[in-house]
Amino acid sequence: MPQLSTDILVIGAGGAGMYAAIAAARDGASVLLVDKGQVGRGGATIMAQMTVAVALGAAEPDSVELHLEDTLAAGRGLCNEELARLVCSDGPKRIVEMEQWGTRWAQEQGRVKQEMAPGHSVKRCCYVDFLNTGPAVAATLRRKVSESTKIRRISNLAVLEILTRSGRAIGAVALSLADGEWVTIQARAVILAAGGLTKLYERNSASANMGGEAYALALSAGAELIDMEFVQFFPIGHLAPRLVGMDPILWDPFRYKLGGKLLNGQFEEFIDRYGSTDFGRYNATRDIAAYAILKEVEAGRGTPHGGAYLDFRHIHETQLRVAFGPVIDRLLANGIDLTKMPVEVGPIAHYHMGGIRVDTNMQTRLEGLYAAGEAVGGSNGANRLSGNAITEAFVFGARAGSSAAEAAQRAPAAWDEKLAEKTIESLGFVCENSCSDGAAPITLQMELQKLMWEQAGPFRTGEKLTAALVRIEEMRKIDLLRLRISRERDFNLDLQDWFELRAMLTTAEAVVRSALGRTESRGAHQREDFPIADARFLKNQVLELKDGNLSTRWAAPVRLNRSESSHG
Amino acid sequence: MADPIGKTTRLCVRRGSVGEAIRYETFDVPYEEGMSVLDALRWIRIHFDSTLAIRYSCINANACKTCMALVNGEVEYTCIAKLTPEMITVEPLPKRPLIRDLVTDIVPENEKV
Repeated sequence: MPQLSTDILVIGAGGAGMYAAIAAARDGASVLLVDKGQVGRGGATIMAQMTVAVALGAAEPDSVELHLEDTLAAGRGLCNEELARLVCSDGPKRIVEMEQWGTRWAQEQGRVKQEMAPGHSVKRCCYVDFLNTGPAVAATLRRKVSESTKIRRISNLAVLEILTRSGRAIGAVALSLADGEWVTIQARAVILAAGGLTKLYERNSASANMGGEAYALALSAGAELIDMEFVQFFPIGHLAPRLVGMDPILWDPFRYKLGGKLLNGQFEEFIDRYGSTDFGRYNATRDIAAYAILKEVEAGRGTPHGGAYLDFRHIHETQLRVAFGPVIDRLLANGIDLTKMPVEVGPIAHYHMGGIRVDTNMQTRLEGLYAAGEAVGGSNGANRLSGNAITEAFVFGARAGSSAAEAAQRAPAAWDEKLAEKTIESLGFVCENSCSDGAAPITLQMELQKLMWEQAGPFRTGEKLTAALVRIEEMRKIDLLRLRISRERDFNLDLQDWFELRAMLTTAEAVVRSALGRTESRGAHQREDFPIADARFLKNQVLELKDGNLSTRWAAPVRLNRSESSHG
Repeated sequence: MADPIGKTTRLCVRRGSVGEAIRYETFDVPYEEGMSVLDALRWIRIHFDSTLAIRYSCINANACKTCMALVNGEVEYTCIAKLTPEMITVEPLPKRPLIRDLVTDIVPENEKV
């Protein structure tokens, strides 16, 4: 059994994980950067074709304070204001650093070009042309990681438990997917950077590898989660025709720049039926668009794939080309000619505001356990401002890496071989316990995704959430233990699916319990049975595991000392 | 992956690990214009045989670059290669060490345990 040892273990090698590794190595620590997929190729950052919000003030006067104001407004009173301020104040440093490392931000008159985006009060969003921000920053970070002699990368290694002793993270147990070997990792500090939970939902915009594992690992290690009810649904995600090689949220800038008509399955405009008007500009707000589309589908007026049509046929081809150049050709290669046909769109799970509860050093309540990127909860409150996701991946990554490196210097080398053996034994037992007449783990994953979409999706009721909770508990306690897991040693996807499913069920339960507890509508959490925001709920839900069961309590949001913030 | 008009197509997939006899299995899968070969492989895992080993991470975006295989004898990203009404043969990359089924060892040596 391979035994690895490092100062810092970083779990997840997307934007935040790679940044954390680079920062920790820069501060002198040895780093083990692991990913269940391939290092630098998974997670959400690489998928993001859109923008990064930072107060550079390159396009027009801007400030950290103004960016923070917009971020807090989007968060509807629930942001951890200290974390939000960190994102806004450190964002510009990280963007400049990335430029020094080779990212070519789109330029205008010798300065970084900054565009307007929904929710921002000034032009603040930078990007890499055309719709290439995520792949470009991922490439920069991959190169930077590979240049560091202090960072060791391991691909196809799935971390399944964090090991702790006396309230301190001491390492982890992992499964090497290519050959089915168990691996132990001794570490002075551990950073969870394994992203969000969008894979819990049938319709989602992210990669296949974000099933909420970071949250499940954190809970099981003894850390707390916060704001788990706040899943961000993107209202006009791409549904059909089949489109590959593109981010399914690509229509937002199209609609924003050019205006796109939303039509129901009968080709009628319908936004006006839901208390809003498009004013002929065809850019109704995200929440109205999502609600209106789902209500039309419910009324039997959806499109064949269960959404609405988005129609650009009123825009001239030259105008399309000026705005989106080569993207038009990539669409044509997919058989999509916007001058001739509408596309089908609908809400899809896009991002998770909630996550692991940390302080401004990105430390959880455990010594030596940190989080970074989308895995972190709190900074976005009830809704995330567009463009803040990659900013926080960089900022939280850098912060977590530096904090962990510092902590590692004074951390005792603690290892518990017995605990590691016991953990592997209990995980191995799962594999032995296959039911030959059971269903495959992936089948139950699909059922969970459908359940979450239908009962805990964009618009919720107490009744639906309760039904979801009952079924999730049943899946976790009964079905999960009666699945068929094949015995292949090499690249056993059944086994990989099983462990993923185990994490997905824990995280799904956290989302549903939190959604049940918040009997109001605020930001991304919309309850049809409690449609109004209620001032009594200006507080956060905090979750932890107690004797193996999820327990929830309320806590006051972390507020900034305003006199202090004015100097931020 | 709705299949409103019930059209299907056929996929022929090479199976097996190192040291096993090579075998080809055919699967009838739902077909809709625009569907990718990866869509069909994922459909097979869900509906027929979850033990089929395939490698992918981003599904849609051609961002992860890990889903390469031989499609009708050509090296392709299975997420971009389109299904056709005619049968398609999918095999592992010929110049990489085989792990199992369609999965080959594409991980650089310095990224291994």
